[in-house]
Amino acid sequence: MSEINLPAAAEPIDQVGLKVLTIVATLALLVTAPFLASEYWINAIIVPFLILSLAGLGLNLLTGYGGQLSLGAGAFMMVGAYATFSLQLRVPELPLPLALIVAGFIAGAVGLAFGIPSTRIKGFYLIVSTLAAQFFFEWLFLKFPWFYNGNSSATIALSRGLSFFGLDANSPHGRYYLTLGIVALLTLLSFNLIRGQTGRNWMAIRDMDTAAAVIGVPVFRAKLQAFAVSSFILGIAGALWAFAYLGSASVQSFGLTRSYQILFIIIIGGLGTIRGAYLGAGFVSLLPLALDWLFQHLFSGHVDAGLLQNIQKAIFGLLIIWFLIKEPEGLARLLSLRRTQGARRRLFPS
Amino acid sequence: MTASAGPALEVRNVSLSFKGVKAISDLSFQVTRREICALIGPNGAGKSSLLNILNGVYTPDSGEIVFEGEHFRRMQPLEAARRGIGRGFQNNALFSGMSVLDNVIAGLSRHSRVTLVEEAFRLPRALGQERAFRDRALEVLKLFDLEKYAETLVGTLPYGVQKKVEIARAIVAKPRLLLLDEPLAGMNAAEKQEIAAVIARLNRELDLTVVLIEHDIGIVLKLAHHVVVLDYGRKLADGPPETIRDNPDVIAAYLGSENAEAAA
Repeated sequence: MSEINLPAAAEPIDQVGLKVLTIVATLALLVTAPFLASEYWINAIIVPFLILSLAGLGLNLLTGYGGQLSLGAGAFMMVGAYATFSLQLRVPELPLPLALIVAGFIAGAVGLAFGIPSTRIKGFYLIVSTLAAQFFFEWLFLKFPWFYNGNSSATIALSRGLSFFGLDANSPHGRYYLTLGIVALLTLLSFNLIRGQTGRNWMAIRDMDTAAAVIGVPVFRAKLQAFAVSSFILGIAGALWAFAYLGSASVQSFGLTRSYQILFIIIIGGLGTIRGAYLGAGFVSLLPLALDWLFQHLFSGHVDAGLLQNIQKAIFGLLIIWFLIKEPEGLARLLSLRRTQGARRRLFPS
Repeated sequence: MTASAGPALEVRNVSLSFKGVKAISDLSFQVTRREICALIGPNGAGKSSLLNILNGVYTPDSGEIVFEGEHFRRMQPLEAARRGIGRGFQNNALFSGMSVLDNVIAGLSRHSRVTLVEEAFRLPRALGQERAFRDRALEVLKLFDLEKYAETLVGTLPYGVQKKVEIARAIVAKPRLLLLDEPLAGMNAAEKQEIAAVIARLNRELDLTVVLIEHDIGIVLKLAHHVVVLDYGRKLADGPPETIRDNPDVIAAYLGSENAEAAA
């Protein structure tokens, strides 16, 4: 048995020092980012990247950790956005952060309801249930003007803008810090759940649900918890997408394409890892930009712009396929350099 | 406990069929408290199906299970775990994406008392439980000499080690009845002796009632206090190992034909 590589029990001091340094540097970078980047970068790239990461994180808890396939990410984001809109409109006393939390709970409850079939059906069949959520809410929020307050364009926007307990958060910097704060907090809470009993229950169900039930994992409860927590996070991500990124949103902002996008993010980034959501979101939000930049420099003026756009989309799709063949476990795996880190990664998800 | 007077487990007239094919027909036997009961019989005799009925994975067509004086027409997996029935599977059913330690701690799930919110915010109760679970799991790993693998991803370990991890997971929550499906399969002679010794020790020191399926007759006759022989879903023989060894039906149906194999 000597061939088994055991993960190192303790890290050498210099590595620990390096780690602390990395964390401090990352924190400093996050806090000062708005002053280093242009407004365009903050508004159009960094903020949506953070929100997509959060949505990826939410779906990853359900699909990557809980093993429950879902194509309803867009629906739960939609519920969060419309709930926030309604709360801000009809309960103006409620400050935005609290409205976000309540909207998260509403999305969580909706997710729980659509998760009930998961106790009977699995895998591809479960996709049908989550797809039902997708189509149902697209219909619901368009059909009844109450949800968008009878607005002629059927869009939702916060009339009083964004504020954080009296602080104005409408500027690009404000939006950035609001988003960053929420994303960081929810990432930390998810991380705590994952390394505790809840995370173990989810992973046990993902890896072998019959055995999980037999050894005493409360499968029914744990699955519903996964749906509720995942939808809670997705709901808040949806509200941020609508009001911190887009400004005004409609049902189309959370269509099936969005659900696919979030699913791609976690597949590309790495199912069952926290950082996978960030890596995947980085991939889907930065790669098109990089392609765009490249094409601008190579072909601008020579080829029709519309054609270029389509070629970019095709290349983006091909890259995803190529990448999944090369590294089915996602970017997170690709970045863990040593084999033995595999064990540590699952143990201390990062 | 009043129940301690009767048998730990009683199978009464249990029948099971899959799409019309009888797997178990009208099977009855008793398992006395603190004994090791071995189920033997050729492949397809219904042994694993019976264990699956005992902890609620399958529902019998008829008959009932009496566990510690309580009658069950059908058991639910979670209910079985709550009542103290532990289980090891034939082909390791470990959680391959988790470490050895996490696999074993998962066996303690039903004792978890902390809420989601307490865990998300790492409140004292959640931290305390986590520490207690960890200590208990390490204690059990020590029993199997597995502490050094605690942080290893379970899927990367050799089969024999995984087998031990699975037994560790099954007993970590201190079950009163332990069901083991071929715990010695795929092991070499030394490993078999080691696991058999651990099972005997658990049985003796923790007063654990054990029902196990095993093909290695040599070990079964030494380890078990009570042997039930199944063939085509029927009970062929039932008694202490000495009488089983000399039973002509058993020799004809099972020992005779597979003697050479078992000796090899």
